[in-house]
Amino acid sequence: MTGIFGVSIQGLFGQLLVGLLNGSFYAILSLGLAIIFGLLNIINFAHGAQYMMGAFLAWIGMRYLGVNYWWALLLSPLLVGAFGMLLERGMLKKLYKLDHLYGLLLTFGLALIIEGLFRYRFGISGESYPVTELLAGGKNLGFMFLPKYRVWVVAASLVVCFGTWFVIERTKLGSYLRAGTENPQLLQAFGVNVPLMITLTYGYGVALAAFAGVLAAPIFNVNPVMGSNLIIVVFAVVVVGGMGSIMGSIVTGIGLGLIEGIVKSGMIANLLSSAFDSVPVAGSIVYPIKLLLSPEASAVTIFVIMAIVLLVRPAGLFGRER
Amino acid sequence: MKRKLLSALICAALMIHVGATAGAATKVSDGVVKIGVLTDMSGTYSDLAGHGSLVAVQMAVADFIAKEKPDFKIEVISADHQNKGDIAAIKAREWIDTEKVDVIVDLVTTSTALAVMKVAKEKDRITLVSGAASTPITNEQCTDTNVHWTYDTYALAVGTGKAVVKQGGKTWFFLTADYAFGKSLEKNTSDVVLKEGGKVLGHVLHPFPAQDFSSFLLQAQSSGAQVIGLANAGNDTINAIKQAAEFGITPKQSLAGLLMFITDVHSLGLRATQGMYLTTGFYWDMNDETRAFSKRFDWDNRHKPTMVQAGDYSATYHYLKAVKAAGTDDTKAVMAKMKATPINDFFAKNGKIRVDGRMVHDMYLAQVKKPEESKYAWDYYHIRQVIPADQAFMPLSESVCPLVKK
Repeated sequence: MTGIFGVSIQGLFGQLLVGLLNGSFYAILSLGLAIIFGLLNIINFAHGAQYMMGAFLAWIGMRYLGVNYWWALLLSPLLVGAFGMLLERGMLKKLYKLDHLYGLLLTFGLALIIEGLFRYRFGISGESYPVTELLAGGKNLGFMFLPKYRVWVVAASLVVCFGTWFVIERTKLGSYLRAGTENPQLLQAFGVNVPLMITLTYGYGVALAAFAGVLAAPIFNVNPVMGSNLIIVVFAVVVVGGMGSIMGSIVTGIGLGLIEGIVKSGMIANLLSSAFDSVPVAGSIVYPIKLLLSPEASAVTIFVIMAIVLLVRPAGLFGRER
Repeated sequence: MKRKLLSALICAALMIHVGATAGAATKVSDGVVKIGVLTDMSGTYSDLAGHGSLVAVQMAVADFIAKEKPDFKIEVISADHQNKGDIAAIKAREWIDTEKVDVIVDLVTTSTALAVMKVAKEKDRITLVSGAASTPITNEQCTDTNVHWTYDTYALAVGTGKAVVKQGGKTWFFLTADYAFGKSLEKNTSDVVLKEGGKVLGHVLHPFPAQDFSSFLLQAQSSGAQVIGLANAGNDTINAIKQAAEFGITPKQSLAGLLMFITDVHSLGLRATQGMYLTTGFYWDMNDETRAFSKRFDWDNRHKPTMVQAGDYSATYHYLKAVKAAGTDDTKAVMAKMKATPINDFFAKNGKIRVDGRMVHDMYLAQVKKPEESKYAWDYYHIRQVIPADQAFMPLSESVCPLVKK
């Protein structure tokens, strides 16, 4: 036998690494959502569209203005973040006193409009953003070929994620933010400009989405629906991690990416096959589980986990019951 | 202002209506021939079909009126089927029952095509499938009210599969979209590969649609196959090709895009796609006729027609001609006329509709140009080989379609 359950050791390492790469995307996107939900109580359904805008701005910058990747990585989040702040000031602000549902509906509607506009202008096939010279190519690790760019993505998202966590959990500014989550009136009474803080926080959350978009541009095809393909998964990540929990979203994002990678490798399905297929009754009982854990069903893995977590811990893994 | 807008809207609506002229009247039910373009208007296939398909059908109607001066009204409506069979079937039923639609055109995923074909058969209306590709459309699930116009997975397999094996790609691994089309394409291609003396090492099914293909690509890589066959389409193919380059899979192993449209090549660029073989039913830059059509088609100077869109035009025009010749829009009479008349236009030379509904015509094996070989916008293909109609499609002798008498 060449490996574990029909998958070679090399194959397994490769899949875990790929899982880590995807997990870091999930982490950085769900982090933005968690921050926004934590402070604003808004379920930001436009997050996917803002991620897509980040990627498209990078492409537009490169194509029409000659802006290189590194500048795009800085400018695109700033611009999209500013757009987010306008959105917050102009629209979201009016919804804070209402039920979550209104914020969700508004941002969902905005996402549809933004995506529609991009689709109208750019079509669905999208555009190609090349990997920047410095990060092109990769290294052969023996068990797999590791593209340099993917390493950069993991590093960049981990730095940004933990940087954000540090600012929120360990600094004075972060303590204001957390206080604002708990009791905005009291914080305002202490002379902190809470509305401004909320606007900036939303802007930062949106900028994180755009940052992830620029990171994703050279990997995925830049197209108008790239965000809506991802956003549902990211919401599942946030729910599993616990709505509004910063560390929860980071850890769950990476964890779920890894699990998804293992399922995609077909290892679990193979394992169940080899263990149960020859057993008459157990084989047919295990069959639906095996089906659920096969590579072609990998798109639902995260949702199955979400359902189980919600059954056991309704507030999510890291969430607090309110 | 409001009134102005309203009158503009009415004008726009009237533009597709056409006045009838007196004469030996064609017997048209409800006084109008209504064409429904049912396609993917917003999803992953909306560039290769979508709005462009509607434009092509409208062009066909306008050209038909200008040239043939029909004595009946023609109307075109369109809707988004979202690539979902149930939505497509509901829309088709609604169109036929309340809108009195006579013919439904395009249908870009297999599930939608099969669902709508069933409804149309039940209601005695015609379907002209141009977008979907699976062979069951004219095989196991064929109907006598359907024509499959542009291409199918058998033709793709014969074209690309054969060409790649002949180039030395003997061992294959498939990356297959997990639905009817992907499986049909994989099966047809592996049949061709085996017949040509190649070997199939395995496959992995991926969810449809997918974004990240790296896991699946790594499995394909570790299979050690010379060729990775991409049995998927649209954005799935685009992302798979992009990520294969990233993980250093190409050029060591080569990719065979089993269904690629010119819009995919346009999106990926020639650097990523150069040298790839693909099979197509139409290329805009083949001769003066195709170029003339494509120029008129390009409504905003950013589009060239895909084979699906060109096929929509050809099918619609042929249908309208049959209505005129039959003197009625009765389904049976029109189908008989369509099948009896050969198709000769910019899209097909001497095309014929077989008893199973397959429109057989020459297909083309194309190879994507190198960046330095491309001289102008959308100059993407070398046409390497013409695959004659009688070889491109599944012979009737292999068919299990109940309409084929043996």
